Amino acid sequence: MLDLSHISKTFNPGTVNEKRAITDLSLHLAPGDFVTIIGSNGAGKSTLFNAVAGSFLTDSGSIQLDGQDVTFQPEFRRARHIGRLFQDPMRGSAPGMTIEENLALAAGSGGWLSHVSQQDKKRFRDRLALLDMGLEDRMKQPVGLLSGGQRQALTLLMATMVPPKLLLLDEHTAALDPGTAEKVLKITRDVVAEYKITTMMVTHNMHQALELGTRTLMMDSGNIVLDISGKERSGLTVNDLLQKFRAGAGKDLDNDRILLS
Amino acid sequence: MDPTALLAVGQTALELGLICSLTVLALFLSYSMLNVCDLSTDGCFTLGAAVGAVVAAAGYPLLSIPAAMGAGVCSGFVTALLQTKLGIDSLLAGIIVNTGLYSVNIAVMSGSSLINLNKADTAFTMVRSLLRGTPLENQYKTIVAALAVILTVAFLTFFLNTRLGLAIRATGNNPDMVRSSSINPVFTTIVGLCTANAFTGLSGCLMAQSQKSAEINIGSGMVTIALASLLIGSTLLGRGSIFTRALGMVLGAFLFRLVYAIALRMNMPAFMLKLVSSVIVALAIALPYLKQQWPILSRRLSHGRAAKGGV
Repeated sequence: MLDLSHISKTFNPGTVNEKRAITDLSLHLAPGDFVTIIGSNGAGKSTLFNAVAGSFLTDSGSIQLDGQDVTFQPEFRRARHIGRLFQDPMRGSAPGMTIEENLALAAGSGGWLSHVSQQDKKRFRDRLALLDMGLEDRMKQPVGLLSGGQRQALTLLMATMVPPKLLLLDEHTAALDPGTAEKVLKITRDVVAEYKITTMMVTHNMHQALELGTRTLMMDSGNIVLDISGKERSGLTVNDLLQKFRAGAGKDLDNDRILLS
Repeated sequence: MDPTALLAVGQTALELGLICSLTVLALFLSYSMLNVCDLSTDGCFTLGAAVGAVVAAAGYPLLSIPAAMGAGVCSGFVTALLQTKLGIDSLLAGIIVNTGLYSVNIAVMSGSSLINLNKADTAFTMVRSLLRGTPLENQYKTIVAALAVILTVAFLTFFLNTRLGLAIRATGNNPDMVRSSSINPVFTTIVGLCTANAFTGLSGCLMAQSQKSAEINIGSGMVTIALASLLIGSTLLGRGSIFTRALGMVLGAFLFRLVYAIALRMNMPAFMLKLVSSVIVALAIALPYLKQQWPILSRRLSHGRAAKGGV
């Protein structure tokens, strides 16, 4: 589904601030893979997502999505096939527009001059009802009135309104309170399972990294130092994971926000 | 003021308000929706006036309207191109285009800074001859302007609720979101500015034809006047559907002209218009900010007094 071959990205090359964020990274994802990603501070997790989503072009290497070479495709073209959620719940929806209008944008059905049909509205209602947050009765309200958790849930709904080929979740529950985070996570799991979306999720919760998904990657200094899946992964504890990280990276996992439980 | 004079004041305010409300609606699209303060508005208004006047003077009064709107589209396209494809800040892009348009406008008017339409057929004279003999004959100016405003409001209500319109609104409302979505912000900005400037051009065209002349300074200060109207309008009808808000823009333009016309009647000299509009814009933008700052400001003041009192 996703093929990264030998991608590299250096920021501010040739200056004192030079930062090699990703170095010669290769990765292959099979359709339906749900990958959790953990790593130390500045390991290149977000850079990896930015490279895949097309926020910038990589310095070298190539990126293929579902057999299509997207290495030089601009972000908005890739976004037709890639859904993305950020840590900041305010980033994924337009606060001054209503819930219905936001969903209509995300649904993207029909031509440029098409209006929201009654059918669309019904579909939006049904999907919103799945969130179990009462948003289906607030479709005409501006999104700015929603709480962070509600907005993140809505963003998730928007990102999967047209099921993407690849879903990128960049610590999308980190800014939410534990209860809401749990809820958003559950919705994530349901949506991903329902449409069998290939998913990559950055998390700083070690427990979550092992419990969710089918495969876990650990990153350090711009590369993947650990890649476990299948049987090897199923019996793993957080402690095993930390040890494996030490073996792979040659140092302790250093992340000031990491949650071990 | 006697009633007939008052009526005349209202009449003038209505005419001018309606014509200018087209520019306000243009800014409603670019400033309120796309969040771009389009400073090429002055030049574009004059461009519309110049093109409309030249085409009407050449004997094509009907063609003058689409021609002026087309000229506006071109001007908007250049502004949009500068800020999306050439990395020029949106305010600066507007200023650059505005400056360039001064020469363009004089060139359009064949090197002169004034075109007289006293003998030419215009959209207004055409409607007047249509209405000859009916009771509405003397209202022809208002009718033409109202027709243009109704069509523009209807168009905006339709357009801003289409998928393209939603994409344009999202571009202004949350650029971060749009950047990581399948909407191309370059495309939405270009479409938005072209559409907005078409209305600015139309507004200038109607203004020139209603006062039977186009001169190079007809649009100067227009952006401030329109912003003042826009801010008045959104204070009155700032919430609700696009239709309601668009009506608010028209109402704002009318009220602004009404206040101004009354002030003129009270012997305020005509050259004060621009100062008045500047003050309105500054106040309208500053007041919400000051209101927000006021608690801290008042606390500091009373704190200072208390400290002095304690000594």
